[in-house]
Amino acid sequence: MMQNNALQFKRQVTIKLADVKLQGALSRLQSRFVEGRSAVISEIADLPQTRDAAAGIRNRVLNDLEHWLLHFEREATARGTVVHWAETGEDVNRIVTEIAAQHGVKTAAKSKSMVSEECGLNDALERAGVTVMETDLGEYILQLAKEAPSHIVAPVVHKNKEEVADLFAEKHGLPRKTGIAELCREAREILRPAFLNADMGISGANFLIAETGSALIVTNEGNGRLVTTLPRVHVAITGIEKVVPTLEDVSTLLRLLPRSATGQSITNYVSMLTGKKSVTDPDGPEHFHIILLDNGRSSLLGGEMQDMLRCIRCGACMNHCPVYQNIGGHAYGWVYPGPMGSILTPLLSGLENSPDLPNASTLCGACAVVCPVKIPLPDLLRKLREKQMERGMKSRQETLLLKTWAWFALHPKLYAFATKVGVKFMAILGGKEKLLHNLPGASGWTNGRDFPAPTGKTFRELYRKEHNK
Amino acid sequence: MSARDNILNKIRKAQTPNSNAAEVIAQHLAQHPRGPRPNIPDDLVAHFKARALKLSSDVLETDDSKNVPQLLADYLREKSLPMSGVCWPELADLPWLAAGLEIHSHPPLPHLNPDGTTSHSTKPASGQVAGYLPKGEEANISLREFNDTDAVGVTSAFCAIAETGTLMMLGGADTPATTSLLPETHVAIVDPKRIVATMEDAWELMRKEFSQPPRAVNFISGPSRTADIEQTVTLGAHGPYRVLLILAPL
Ligand code: SF4
Repeated sequence: MMQNNALQFKRQVTIKLADVKLQGALSRLQSRFVEGRSAVISEIADLPQTRDAAAGIRNRVLNDLEHWLLHFEREATARGTVVHWAETGEDVNRIVTEIAAQHGVKTAAKSKSMVSEECGLNDALERAGVTVMETDLGEYILQLAKEAPSHIVAPVVHKNKEEVADLFAEKHGLPRKTGIAELCREAREILRPAFLNADMGISGANFLIAETGSALIVTNEGNGRLVTTLPRVHVAITGIEKVVPTLEDVSTLLRLLPRSATGQSITNYVSMLTGKKSVTDPDGPEHFHIILLDNGRSSLLGGEMQDMLRCIRCGACMNHCPVYQNIGGHAYGWVYPGPMGSILTPLLSGLENSPDLPNASTLCGACAVVCPVKIPLPDLLRKLREKQMERGMKSRQETLLLKTWAWFALHPKLYAFATKVGVKFMAILGGKEKLLHNLPGASGWTNGRDFPAPTGKTFRELYRKEHNK
Repeated sequence: MSARDNILNKIRKAQTPNSNAAEVIAQHLAQHPRGPRPNIPDDLVAHFKARALKLSSDVLETDDSKNVPQLLADYLREKSLPMSGVCWPELADLPWLAAGLEIHSHPPLPHLNPDGTTSHSTKPASGQVAGYLPKGEEANISLREFNDTDAVGVTSAFCAIAETGTLMMLGGADTPATTSLLPETHVAIVDPKRIVATMEDAWELMRKEFSQPPRAVNFISGPSRTADIEQTVTLGAHGPYRVLLILAPL
């Protein structure tokens, strides 16, 4: 399984905030994806009703996951698909390695799959002697650079074109290109033979359709179509929560997914794959395997965190998150960044391994406003924080602070007195500039920016004054 | 205990089992209700064209499919593109040569008969099947190698969707998916009568004409693209660089 580095969160944040190049890249993401979304989301005449419908479709399955999974499995099997179940990422790696061995697979072409990142599948396959080629342009760049994705939709958002040009020149041994179009063509020409020669195609699946036993994949580059059409074996890996009942239901979700993700009314390609190649099919894989991964997802069912399983991985919550916009995806330490990652990472790989993530949010609520399936992300973050409190996982400083505050809050007279003194004191410290450059106990704030000093009056004093006018 | 049992047990434990789940599921599947849909203007053809152009597809029109080769030839010449390629067998009889195009038909593939034997239901395209097909290997021929060098791939479409300017392609014996995928230019002849309003309508048409979905259903919305480098949209990633839609009755 991919290692969770979320324990390094605070240290990483300091590094990322000071990274000028990263800051440039992130502001680009914000303008393209945030503005792109708002331009096309309005094409949906009745957005609230459509979001309700989308959330309802996801809930319908999640509330009765067992039966929907079994129905999907039955339909898929009837069309010659082999359905595998995996409890952990290691299980996925083992199953894919076994399939590869069974069919004498030497090379695999892979389209983007965040679930496979959860498992650390590429390393496992390489260890088993299978050469894996990432074919999504972003993932290919990351594979060359030996880096992890920093966004679930735009994995290489943290790199600019100069870095890509240097990387290609070094790894491809061709003259250095500078234009983005030329770089894309170079990658296309290098990767085309990889598609044609691959023994196995590996993909994710955005949705599994119970009605037809199909896997549905959305892509823009066409690599998703290539890896599921050309190689003689195709393995699709996805989470157990990805089932959708019918073709109509998936149509509703497809109105929201690309609009929320990249600001497109539809992705270039939507491919629905059902079963293996039949005698009359001119193309397609002779063997089609679908792997259903649990990896902790089932533990979210039936509880207050179940809503998180509605996620369709559009990335809108991170694009709109002021914290993500400033630190990028790597600081979050695991596969999923931004608000959805701050919830999923602790839930799937341990709250004790990611203590800072539930707090990596200002609870501004932007994520919940844009989430196409109406996941109450700030509420879930708050619940995780409560869990941390209950389990005594907060730092002693923070616990002491909150306890002190709670005591004062229960003693209103003393509270009023203490704030009055404190506010006066801070106003004096702030001086003429009315800014505090250094605040004991809050250096995390004041290292990066100043803290505006209070004017010298507390809210209560101001309120009373207004009221007595 | 298998992983399957373990996972299903965990789910079962977390959720109160629904006593009539099977019934509820069967009902939802049988009714497959539609969700909220946008209002699509009555003129589906005009809406389709407008949306397709927005997706960077090129659009031409003719009222006679016999004119398609000439329209294509002019288009390719104007863009200084190669004048040769490959087409689906059903389009093999269009006057390609007369328009100065060298368009080969995919070798028709065998169809499965009810008695389990296979046969060709589409007649081989007269005089136009080039030396592609190694003799005696037609039954299990893979189209992939020779397809990769084709510059132009000409297809029709199962139907088209006005809402988004999208083509719906169903893979099958005479409709290989590779024709719309490997060449740098994909040309699709769209019958205006087969333009429907929404994706839901497209599924309904498929349900009506087929008992089950084919192995591959592909919705295509313009040329392949990537925005991975600096979020700058670049046309022509791994699939076609351009998609030309020719509206013509078929
Ligand atoms: S939580 Fe919502 S907004 Fe975030 S990725 Fe998932 S579906 Fe998209």
